[in-house]
Amino acid sequence: MRARNLSRITCREKWNMSKNHPGLLHHFDDPEQQLDASQSGMWIFLATEVMFFGGMFIGYTVYREGYFEVFAHASNHLNVWLGSINTAVLICSSLSMALAVHSAQSGHRRQLLVFLVLTMLLGTVFLGIKFTEYYHKYEEHLIPGLDFAFKEGNPGHAAIFFSFYFAMTGVHALHMVIGLGLLAYLAVKTTRGRFSPLYYTPVEMVGLYWHFVDIVWIFLFPLLYLVGRHL
Amino acid sequence: MNSDAIIPVRTYVLVFLGLIMLTITTTAVAFVDLGGQWNTAAALAIAVIKALLVILFFMHVLYSRPLTWVFVSAGFFWLLILFTLTLADYFMRNIGGAPLRSAAPAAQAAPRQTREITPRALSTSEPRATQRTATVREKRSE
Amino acid sequence: MNDAVPERRLHYLNVSYGVKSWLCTTDHKRIAWLYLLSITFFFFIGGMAATLLRLELLTPQGDLVQAETYNKLFTMHGVMMIFFFLIPSIPAVLGNFLIPMMIGARDLAFPRLNLASWYLYIIGGLLAIGAAVAGGVDTGWTFYTPYSSIYSNTHVTLTVCGIFINGFSSILTGLNFIVTIHKMRAPGMTWFRLPLFVWSHYATSIIFILGTPVVAIALALVALERVFRLGIFDPELGGDPVLFQHLFWFYSHPAVYIMILPGMGVISEVIACFSRKRVFGYSFVAFSSLAIAVLGFLVWGHHMFVSGQSIYAGMIFSLLSMMVAIPSAIKVFNWTATLYRGSIALDAPMLYALGFIGLFTIGGLTGIFLATLAIDVQVHDTYFVVAHFHYIMVGGAVMAYLGGIHFWWPKMTGRLYPEGWARLAAVTIFLGFNLTFFPQFVLGYLGMPRRYHAYPPEFQVLNVMSSAGASILAVGYLLPLIYLIWSLRYGAVAGMNPWKATGLEWQTPSPPPTDNFEVTPTVTREAYDYARPEPQSDYVPGEVEHV
Repeated sequence: MRARNLSRITCREKWNMSKNHPGLLHHFDDPEQQLDASQSGMWIFLATEVMFFGGMFIGYTVYREGYFEVFAHASNHLNVWLGSINTAVLICSSLSMALAVHSAQSGHRRQLLVFLVLTMLLGTVFLGIKFTEYYHKYEEHLIPGLDFAFKEGNPGHAAIFFSFYFAMTGVHALHMVIGLGLLAYLAVKTTRGRFSPLYYTPVEMVGLYWHFVDIVWIFLFPLLYLVGRHL
Repeated sequence: MNSDAIIPVRTYVLVFLGLIMLTITTTAVAFVDLGGQWNTAAALAIAVIKALLVILFFMHVLYSRPLTWVFVSAGFFWLLILFTLTLADYFMRNIGGAPLRSAAPAAQAAPRQTREITPRALSTSEPRATQRTATVREKRSE
Repeated sequence: MNDAVPERRLHYLNVSYGVKSWLCTTDHKRIAWLYLLSITFFFFIGGMAATLLRLELLTPQGDLVQAETYNKLFTMHGVMMIFFFLIPSIPAVLGNFLIPMMIGARDLAFPRLNLASWYLYIIGGLLAIGAAVAGGVDTGWTFYTPYSSIYSNTHVTLTVCGIFINGFSSILTGLNFIVTIHKMRAPGMTWFRLPLFVWSHYATSIIFILGTPVVAIALALVALERVFRLGIFDPELGGDPVLFQHLFWFYSHPAVYIMILPGMGVISEVIACFSRKRVFGYSFVAFSSLAIAVLGFLVWGHHMFVSGQSIYAGMIFSLLSMMVAIPSAIKVFNWTATLYRGSIALDAPMLYALGFIGLFTIGGLTGIFLATLAIDVQVHDTYFVVAHFHYIMVGGAVMAYLGGIHFWWPKMTGRLYPEGWARLAAVTIFLGFNLTFFPQFVLGYLGMPRRYHAYPPEFQVLNVMSSAGASILAVGYLLPLIYLIWSLRYGAVAGMNPWKATGLEWQTPSPPPTDNFEVTPTVTREAYDYARPEPQSDYVPGEVEHV
């Protein structure tokens, strides 16, 4: 018999499936505490990701301040249309992810599966476009360290721009790949009936992660692609 | 039952449309010369609004408890610390005409006022890779 | 049935046996033991590197090892000691073991993540050792560019990968602690009834979360530059090596607060118990922990005064560095006030705590010297700096770690260690430590640079003193290894609360059951209810009601 304060006993008693609540782990007192903890944990993890990407953003900012003209010219070599399309693709995938969470909350299992798969598809489209862009850069000799050639300004400074371009979009793409893996895991679990309005925490957590990856791109796109379009 | 609010689909769709509009706006504005740093400022402002829409609605922060707000703000506040103090270094080099290194060479594409990271410029545009490995190999052969 | 043999009480150590029950455990107490054994292993590797360094420095000439080997040795010493010993030490061992117990919980918030943390730590550590075995790294634990990113021909990438993976271990531990402390406190355990050990680990976890990712990206960029020839820190392209230093020190300065804050938490517990007094200025000490964590993020540029950083930024960092000393000083004042007119018992944990206060103060004050721009220009990259940080990390953090291990050993193992030997070891460590590192202050001030395997002959006497001290220190470290292991089998059986300490962890049997408490406690009193006037007992444990 475990001690609880009054409000928790009342909450618990309301809860018919309390002993066999899907997913309730033994070290938690009740599902609310567990969900609370999971949400807090995921947000803390996202804070670490903010700092992780942030390190690259500050590096980029320092050099952009110093070598603005070259960065502008280098940025114009990026395909702004593919970049915009990719931004739209990611925003669509964020919508479908939010709708996936909504479906889980409302108990619509098939809808949940559809939205998860749609999110994965859109994510894959994003990666496909990204790698097409990388291939174009390879053809244009704009990959630092690989026959790099740049004519419109100091090639060293341009190489720094492209180093950041590849590092930042590369790390972002890596996060997307991990996200696709997580979504696949969720899809499999959905087909096995793991999620319900009583327990959909993993869906929500992956949703938070996916939205975060979208936010990183929301900043990457203007900072990398839209430097000097007006020049 | 979860303590999570269920946000209506309509809200999600409206936010989505807002995000798409803002994306179109930011791309369009990028081609217009707003003068000086204003293009960057505009792009960043739009990006911040988009990010806020995603955070508040898609990530449910608007509907969540204050502790979540603390965690979200802490991440961005710490990023601000990193940015502020690092840029303080770079912006305050070369104040008062006392550069830490020798004067800027002409090789830079446009003369910038104060901020110079290193004045050295590449003399050729040969592929760096072969240059560098050659140097390293020379060093190691001793 | 003949009941002559009493039923053996089940606790977390004997509830299951076998390698799998340990390697697949999610019990925070077992995971703490996994960490304890592993960090001891890495400590001795770092110690072996230090032994070779000090042997080389017995003579002015570089005669024991070549210069390149010496570089690899001090790099190995730094990497092992900082990333694989000090940073995990108290949080991963004592924090993991005690935090759930101190707040009345059954486990941490994410037990499986906790186990994952340990595995990440092991993988990172094995990669770093692999790099060492494969030939080592010679960049220094600071990995300054462009040497590390372009010119060094040693196993930088492998080592950096190990440190990167280890960083995730730290991040997950910090995440676990923060969520646990927020969400899993027992009924009645309000924030201001928490033991100060918990406050200091909360502050440490803030640093884990917000600082580690930045060094992760800094080292990742170095690895990318080495492997893919990206040019981010390359001066030949217009890159700035100082940018790496900004990213590196943004974490590595707060990292030193990761190393000391948990130790301060231990000291608060030990001082209160062995003075039989509540900690003076509890809320000041609690808020100082948070202040150190926050202010610690604002001072990293003091490692870069002579790097080419703007002089004006240097002034700002200098001022902020002096400010960060204030909360540390507040703690020292409060501990001293706790001791004042307390009923002092000089058991081994208390000896370590008293040593901590003195040595941390010296180390901290010399930090102020270094924060002063003009002095730093003179002593930067000399043995003055080496002595400063060893006073804090060894004289402070390691002594706090050993003090904590001794204090909670009865709880963790159900056995008492031999007090006489423990006191001898504590005194040996104290004397050996001072003989090793005090001469280094003088050496640094006289101008001996750090990271040199040879030096001018006039520095030899001080170097010999330092190396002699190191040998005494080594004996001091070996003693606990021996008698603690001995005590597992032959030590006196400890009861629930041999120190008569307050704190929820002392209200459960030693060793504790797997779920820590038979019944979730309800807390009704403040954390350090010592110095009671009642004749039967001078303290009241925190928890009164079993519901």
